Amino acid sequence: MTRVHSFHGGIHPPENKRQSNGAPIRPAPIPPRLVLPLSQHIGAPAEPLVKVGDRVLKGQVIAEPIGRVSVSLHAPTSGTVTLIGPQPVPHASGMEADCIVIETDGQDEWIEHAGLEDYKSYTKSELINYIRNYGIAGMGGAGFPTDVKLHLGDDHIVNTLIINAAECEPYITADDLLIRERSDEILGGIEVIAHLLNPSHILIGIEDNKPQAIRALEDAVRGCHLNIDVVVVPTKYPSGGEKQLVKLLTGVEVPSGKIPADVGIVCQNVGTASAIYRAVHRGEPLISRIVTITGDAVDQRHNLEVLIGTQYSELLAASGVRRDDLYRLVMGGPMMGFTMKSDAVPVVKTTNCIIAATEEEMPPAPPALNCIRCGMCEQVCPAELLPQQLHWFAKGKEYDKAKHHNLFDCIECGACSYVCPSNIPLVQYYRNAKAEIRQEEAEKQKAEYARMRFEARQARLEQEKIEKEQRRKARAEEAAKAQASKKDSAGAAKPAAAGGDVKALKTAAAVARTKLKKAEKAFEQAKESGADNLAELEAAFNAAKQKADDAQQKLEQAEKGGTAAASGAPDIKALKTAAAVARTKLKKAQSALKAAEEKGQDGVEQLRDTVKELETKAEAAQKAFDDAQAAPAPAAQVVDIKQLKTAAAVARTKLKQAEKALANAQDSGEGDIAELEAKVKELEAKVETTRKAFEAAEQGGSAPAKPVIDLAPLKEDMDKALAKVEKAEAAAKAAEEKGLPTAEKMRAGVDKLRGKYEEAKKAYEDAEAQNAAAGGKPAIDLAPLKEDMDKALAKVEKADAAAKAAEEKGLPTAEKMRAGVDKLRGKYEEAKKAYEDAEAQNASAGGKPTIDLAPLKEDMEKALAKVEKADAAAKAAEDKGLPTAEKMRAGVDKLRGKYEEAKKAFEDALAQNGTAAPAAPAVNLDELKADMETALGKVQKADAAAKNAEEKGLPTAEKMRAGVEKLRGKYEEAKQAYVAAGGSVDAEAKPDTVTVD
Amino acid sequence: MSAVLIAIIVLALLAVAFGLLLGYASVRFKVEGNPIVDQIDELLPQTQCGQCGHPGCRPYAEAIANGEAINKCPPGGQSTVDALADLLDVEAPTLDAEDAGDPVKAVAYIREDECIGCTKCIQACPVDAILGAAKQMHTVITSECTGCDLCVEPCPVDCIDMVPIETTLNTWKWDLPKPGVELIATDRGRGEAFEKGEAA
Repeated sequence: MTRVHSFHGGIHPPENKRQSNGAPIRPAPIPPRLVLPLSQHIGAPAEPLVKVGDRVLKGQVIAEPIGRVSVSLHAPTSGTVTLIGPQPVPHASGMEADCIVIETDGQDEWIEHAGLEDYKSYTKSELINYIRNYGIAGMGGAGFPTDVKLHLGDDHIVNTLIINAAECEPYITADDLLIRERSDEILGGIEVIAHLLNPSHILIGIEDNKPQAIRALEDAVRGCHLNIDVVVVPTKYPSGGEKQLVKLLTGVEVPSGKIPADVGIVCQNVGTASAIYRAVHRGEPLISRIVTITGDAVDQRHNLEVLIGTQYSELLAASGVRRDDLYRLVMGGPMMGFTMKSDAVPVVKTTNCIIAATEEEMPPAPPALNCIRCGMCEQVCPAELLPQQLHWFAKGKEYDKAKHHNLFDCIECGACSYVCPSNIPLVQYYRNAKAEIRQEEAEKQKAEYARMRFEARQARLEQEKIEKEQRRKARAEEAAKAQASKKDSAGAAKPAAAGGDVKALKTAAAVARTKLKKAEKAFEQAKESGADNLAELEAAFNAAKQKADDAQQKLEQAEKGGTAAASGAPDIKALKTAAAVARTKLKKAQSALKAAEEKGQDGVEQLRDTVKELETKAEAAQKAFDDAQAAPAPAAQVVDIKQLKTAAAVARTKLKQAEKALANAQDSGEGDIAELEAKVKELEAKVETTRKAFEAAEQGGSAPAKPVIDLAPLKEDMDKALAKVEKAEAAAKAAEEKGLPTAEKMRAGVDKLRGKYEEAKKAYEDAEAQNAAAGGKPAIDLAPLKEDMDKALAKVEKADAAAKAAEEKGLPTAEKMRAGVDKLRGKYEEAKKAYEDAEAQNASAGGKPTIDLAPLKEDMEKALAKVEKADAAAKAAEDKGLPTAEKMRAGVDKLRGKYEEAKKAFEDALAQNGTAAPAAPAVNLDELKADMETALGKVQKADAAAKNAEEKGLPTAEKMRAGVEKLRGKYEEAKQAYVAAGGSVDAEAKPDTVTVD
Repeated sequence: MSAVLIAIIVLALLAVAFGLLLGYASVRFKVEGNPIVDQIDELLPQTQCGQCGHPGCRPYAEAIANGEAINKCPPGGQSTVDALADLLDVEAPTLDAEDAGDPVKAVAYIREDECIGCTKCIQACPVDAILGAAKQMHTVITSECTGCDLCVEPCPVDCIDMVPIETTLNTWKWDLPKPGVELIATDRGRGEAFEKGEAA
C-alpha cells in the first residue's frame, strides 16, 4: 500500500453526510424549462449554434467552444429553444449571464449517437478533441475544461494520475454515491485518461468516511489491468483540495504559482472520469450530473441525476421542500459554497450540492469582532499561509504586501474563518483582495497597452508628416518643372525637360562663379600683402575654380543639349552669357598675369596656366555661342526673327564697345592692342553673320503679312481656364488633406483642366507672336502688362509676409501658404516675363525710344533687397541652429538667382539703350547721378552707424559692417553706371568716407 | 607635527582617490534620461486624455518630474495621486477635479445610425481605438478605448456617449465584508433577521 502523507492544518467540521447517502441515485424529473448558461466552465463562453425557435434533440450541440479554454454545450433533452439571452446564473454576484433556454417537450428524444468502438485507434489529439466536443469540464467544482488538462501530457512528463474521490466537504455525497453505483464507469474513464496521459501509476484518493465506496472501488480495481491504487486517507477538511490531495498521496508539495503537472501529477475528479467514459463509450455528452439535495428544509435528502439546466426550484420541489423553514439556499458545500439569492438559478456542470438549510442549521454569521491575534487561523491553514497577516493587509488595502505574503496561494477553503474566535469573515477579505489585485493588474496591463498604442500612433503620425512633406516637395518640383517646360514651349520649340535643369545649372554656375571671384580676390589681396597663408588660399581658389568650371561645363552641356534639339533663342542668350563670362575671366586673369610678371612675384606660372585655360574656355564658349547663333537662321520663324534682331543689335553694340576700347588702348598705348584688334575683327564678323541671319529670317518670316489677330477673346479663354484650374486645384488639395478618397480623381481632373489651360495659353501666345511678327503694328502697350506684373508682385509679397508670419507662429497652415506663395510667385514671374518680352519687342520694333530702365532697375533693387533680407534671416536661423535654416538658405539662393536675372535684364536693357541711340542722351544722366548720390548717402549713413556700433562694442557691428560693404558695392556700381553713361565724377562727389576702411 | 602632516596627507590622498573614483563612476555609470519619469509614467493611467494640460501621460510624467503638481489626473483618481505622492515622498494633495470622487471608468460609444462619417473622432483618438472611414459609419473598439473623452468634443453631430463600463461576471469582485463590529454580541442575529424579513 502507498504510504499516506499529511498536509498542514485542516479542520474537522461536522460531516453531515449521512442525511443524503442512504438513498440510491434517482433520476430527476424532466423539468418544463431548462436554462443553460453559455459559460459553465472557466474560460471563454461558448458560442450558440441554435436560434430561438429551433427544435433541439437530446445530446445535440447547441453551442460550440470559442478559443483554447472552452467547451461545447449540448441540449440535455429534446425541446425548443425559446430564448437566448441573460438569465440568472449560479454565481456569488447574483448577476445574470447569457443562457440558452429550452422548453422541453417531455419526449426526451435522443439525437443519433454512438460511442467510439475502439478509442485507442484514434490519435491522442483526436480523442482529446472528441472529449472537448462532448462538453466535458471538471466536475469537482472549478469547471476547468478537461481537454486542456488532458493535453498536459504534451509538454509535461506525467508519472502520476490522481483520481480525486476525497469529497471532503460536509453534506456532499454525490461522488460517494457515484462511486458506489458506477465504479465501472469511473474505471472506464480512468482507462481513457490513462491512455491519454500514460502515467506510470494511478492513485485514487478517498476519505475513510466512505467505506462502501472504498469497497466498490477496490472491487473494480481488482479486475483492472492498470496500476491503480486506492488510497484511503483520513477524513480531514480540505483533503479534497488538489494540492492538498497531491501532498497527501505523494508527499510532493506543488510549488507556489505552479500546477501539479509541473511536478508530474495530474488530478481528475471521479465525476469527470465517469463523464469521459460515457462520452467515449456511449457517445453521451455531458448533459446530466449527480447533485446532492440536502439540508433540513427538504424532506427527502438524496442524490439525483439531474439534467444540466434544471432550476433549483424544480429540484427542491422534487425533494419536498418546506419553504417556511428554508432560511438559506447554498450551492456547493457549507465551507466553500455560495448562498443563492434566488432558487431560479439552474444546475450547471459544477453544481455538486444544493443545501436547503434552516436557520438553526446555518445560523447567520455572528458579528465580526476584532482580531485578537490568537493565531488559530495559521494553525489550520492548509496552504501554510499567515491568514491573520493577510487579513490586515486586505483590510488596509496593502495589496503589494498581501501579494508578497502569497495571497494567491490561498485556496479559499474557509478553514481559517471556521476556527476564528472573532468570527471574522476572513475568506471574504481574501477574495476581495484577490479581485482588487487582479483588477489592478488588468488595468496596468491595459494602461501599458494603451501606452503602446499611443506611442505607435505618435510614431505613425510623425512618419505620415515626413511622407507628406516629401510628397509636397515632389509635387512642388514637378510643378516647377511643368512651369519651366511651359515657359520653354511658349518661348520656342525647346525640349520640355531641359529648361528647369538649365536654369538650375545656371544658378549653380553663377554661385560657383561668385565664389570663384571671391576666392580670387582674396588670393590676390593676400598676395599683394604678402600674407602667410598663401598656400591655403591658393588651394581654396583652385577648389572654387574647379567648382566653377564644373558648373560651367555642366551648364554648357545642358545648354548644348538644348541647342542641339531645337536651337532656341534662350540658349543663345545663355551661351552668350557664358562666352562673356569666360571672356571677362580671361581678361582679369590676363591682367593679373601681367601685374604678376611686372612685379616678378611667385605663382606666375600658375597664373599663366590659368590664363591659358581660360582662353580655351572662352574660345569654346564663343564657339558654342557662334554655333548656336548660326544654326537658327534657316528656321525662319517669327519668334526667331525677333531674337535674331536682338542678337544683331547686341553684336553691334559689342563691336562698338570693342572698337572704342581699341581706340582707347591705341591712344594711351596700354593693354594688348593686338588682342583687342582681333576681338574687334571677330565681332565685326559676328555682326555680319547675325545681320545676315536676321535679314534672311525677316525675308522669310514677314512675307505673309497676315492681318492682326484679335487677342482679347483668346486671352479671356485662357484666363477662364486658369481660374478653373486654380479652383479645382484648391478643391483637390483640401480633399487630399482630409484624406478623402475622391482626392485622386480630383487631382486627375485638375491635370485635365491644366492641359486645357495650357492649350488656351498657347493659342493666345501663338496669336500674340503672330501679331508681333506681322510687322507694322505699333508697339505693344506696356502699361496693362506692367500693372499685371505689379499686382502679381504685390500679391506675392503679401502672401509671403502672411506665410512668414504663419511659419513663425508654427501654424499648420504655413505649409499651405508657402505653396500658395510659390504659386503666386510663379504667376508674378510669368507676368514679368510677359512684360519684359513686350518691352523687348517694343525695343526691337525699331525706331522706338529707349527702354524705360526705371522699372527694371526697381525690380533689380527689390530683388536685391529681398536677397539681403532673406540672407540675414537665413543667417540668423543658422546661428540659432534652427532646422529651417537649410530651407531658408535654398530660398536665398533662389532669390539671388532671381536678382541676377533682374540685374542682367537691367544691364541688357541698358546696353540696348546704348546701341539703339548711341548719340542721344539715352540714359538719364541726372537720374543716374541721383542714384549714385543716394547710394553714397546710404553708404555714409551706414558707415557712421557701423562705426558707432563698433565703438560701443555691440554684437551687431559685424553685420552692420557687412551691410556697409554691400552698400559701398552698390555705390560703386552706380558710379560706374554713371560714368559709363557719360557723366564725370567730380571731386566733391568722391567723399573721404569711401576710402575709410 | 609630523603626525599632523601625515594625517593631512593621508586624508588628502584619500580625498583625491575617492574623488577620482566618484568622477569615474559618474561618467561610467551615467544614467540616460530621468528614471523617475518612467516610474511616474508607470503610475499614470495612460488614458492619454490630456486633462492634465499635457499632450499625453508621458509629457505629464516629465512635467511632474520637473515639479508640476501631482493632482491633475482625473482618470487616475485619488489613488493615483496617492501613489504618486508615495513615489515622490510628498504630502498627497486632493485631486484637482470638479468631481473629486472615484473616477467612473467609461468607454466611448458611437450611436452608429447618427454617425455621419466625418472622421473627426478618429483623428482625435489618441490610441487609434475608433474604426471607420470618410462617409462610413465609425465605431469604437471597446477593448482599446481608454475612456479619455477626447472624441466627444470634436463630434459635429454629438453622437458619441461615454458609457460607464458595466460589471460583468468576469469583472465582478467581492466586496470587502461590511463592518459588522458595531453590533455587540447580544445583538447577534439582528442583522440576519432583518435580512430574512426582507427576503420574505
